[in-house]
Amino acid sequence: MNVEQKLALDKFLLDEGNPHIIPHQEHMDAATARALTVVCPAGLYSLGQDGKLVFDAAGCLECGACRVTCAHLPGALEWRHPRPTFGVLFRYG
Amino acid sequence: MADYDAIVVGAGVSGSTAALCMAKAGMSVLVVERGDRPGVKNMTGGRLYGHSLETILPGFAAQAPIERTVIREKISMLTGESCCTLDVSSARFANPASASYTVLRAEFDPWLAGKAEEAGCDVVCPASADELLYDNGKVAGVRAGEDELTADVVLLADGVNSPLGRKAGLKKELAPDMVAVGVKEVLELPGGVINDRFNLEPGEGAAHLFAGEPSQGMVGGGFVYTNKESLSVGLVMSMHTLTASRSRLPDLLQAFRDSKALKPLLSGGKLVEYSAHLVPEGGLRMLPTLAADGVLLLGDAAGFCLNLGYTVRGMDYAIASGMLAAETALEAKNKGDFSAATLAGYTTRLEQSFVLRDLHTHQRAPDFIGHTSRLYQEYPQLAEDLLTGLFTVNGPSTLFIKKALPVLSKAGLFNLLKDAFRGARSI
Repeated sequence: MNVEQKLALDKFLLDEGNPHIIPHQEHMDAATARALTVVCPAGLYSLGQDGKLVFDAAGCLECGACRVTCAHLPGALEWRHPRPTFGVLFRYG
Repeated sequence: MADYDAIVVGAGVSGSTAALCMAKAGMSVLVVERGDRPGVKNMTGGRLYGHSLETILPGFAAQAPIERTVIREKISMLTGESCCTLDVSSARFANPASASYTVLRAEFDPWLAGKAEEAGCDVVCPASADELLYDNGKVAGVRAGEDELTADVVLLADGVNSPLGRKAGLKKELAPDMVAVGVKEVLELPGGVINDRFNLEPGEGAAHLFAGEPSQGMVGGGFVYTNKESLSVGLVMSMHTLTASRSRLPDLLQAFRDSKALKPLLSGGKLVEYSAHLVPEGGLRMLPTLAADGVLLLGDAAGFCLNLGYTVRGMDYAIASGMLAAETALEAKNKGDFSAATLAGYTTRLEQSFVLRDLHTHQRAPDFIGHTSRLYQEYPQLAEDLLTGLFTVNGPSTLFIKKALPVLSKAGLFNLLKDAFRGARSI
């Protein structure tokens, strides 16, 4: 079972068109962009063939690992909690 | 005149405990929670040490939605080929004064928040406290969406990321070597199967920690906790070694699940939830400012957590910090003074309690556990070599010392002694 299939079992309410996390690769070094791809427990970050960082906020478990990864780089990542009612809803936790 | 005596941001275990204690003491309290209901944004690896809640709600385990009482503790060193396990089960572990319980937060947190409500608190959710309100430099409330809510004191129990704690300047940004990322799967299994597989009676639970193979040489480890009708299975990986690796966290968890030691334990389990959380593991090195004018910092937001490798604690500290924050808020109300000078009593109370005493006692632990790579590489291998050698018969017998010495020399006797000494002084 891959991580996408696992996330499909979780309950989410997606805030369409209003992502709560926005990465800005132009403010990141290559190592930080790569670190995002390994540290995200939901596997939401990936690097394309062209080295471009691809991210989708859908499936975010709201842990903050990406925030800590980018914390030393001003402007690299906009991070906030999803608006009330949106985001992940743990049924077990 | 403020709307409330106190506003608590976050209905996790520290926030709800604080709210409950303040309401019991006659204070007017509002709890603001960003989830649709308490618990839906929260997760734990799995175990609550009950002692601190026991002092507030004696006998709580009989009525709270706990999963199982842990009576069996296991720690395994895994290599690709072998599993060496310390297995301790004891009726002593069930003593209520020191018992621990497996829990699932989506059930446990609503129960605790309900206790606070019964005591007279208002709990509003979903409502996100976006900003702090100030009056002459003193925190005087929160803004939640369009609403401005005022209080004499604001208790920030807004979790490990603590957006408001950072905005208030109480805490610095978390550094990668001070946090771990925890990731967990909940697998449904019939209770009877769990009892059989883990050698438990109904109601009894097991906590099983794993070192070595699960973290693939990096700083981290795996866990399995038994719930009533499910298993909590996960990995906790220190961020600083993980980010330097090429191993994606979801793949590490899957490899752990597929490992030889875990497969039979999890067999037939149906995945029902996948979750993750940061764990503040920096101890005293990341201790924030705990109190300022009109504001206190609690639980994970304050970084109250201790990982010693054989015990992992956070919720019992969170609950204690909630209780001590409530005592301090009550003292401030009685004095009519919510300045930093009075609220500094919170820090003093924490220093006199096990919360900060434990972090002092184990102040070397984060460095030892986080930066001794041999714990995750050489030593699991050493356990395998030593213990499989003990049980291997292939002809003439030799003295154990003759088998052990080459194994110990391979790991380096000097390193072993050094790490044993450092370990004994930190964990």
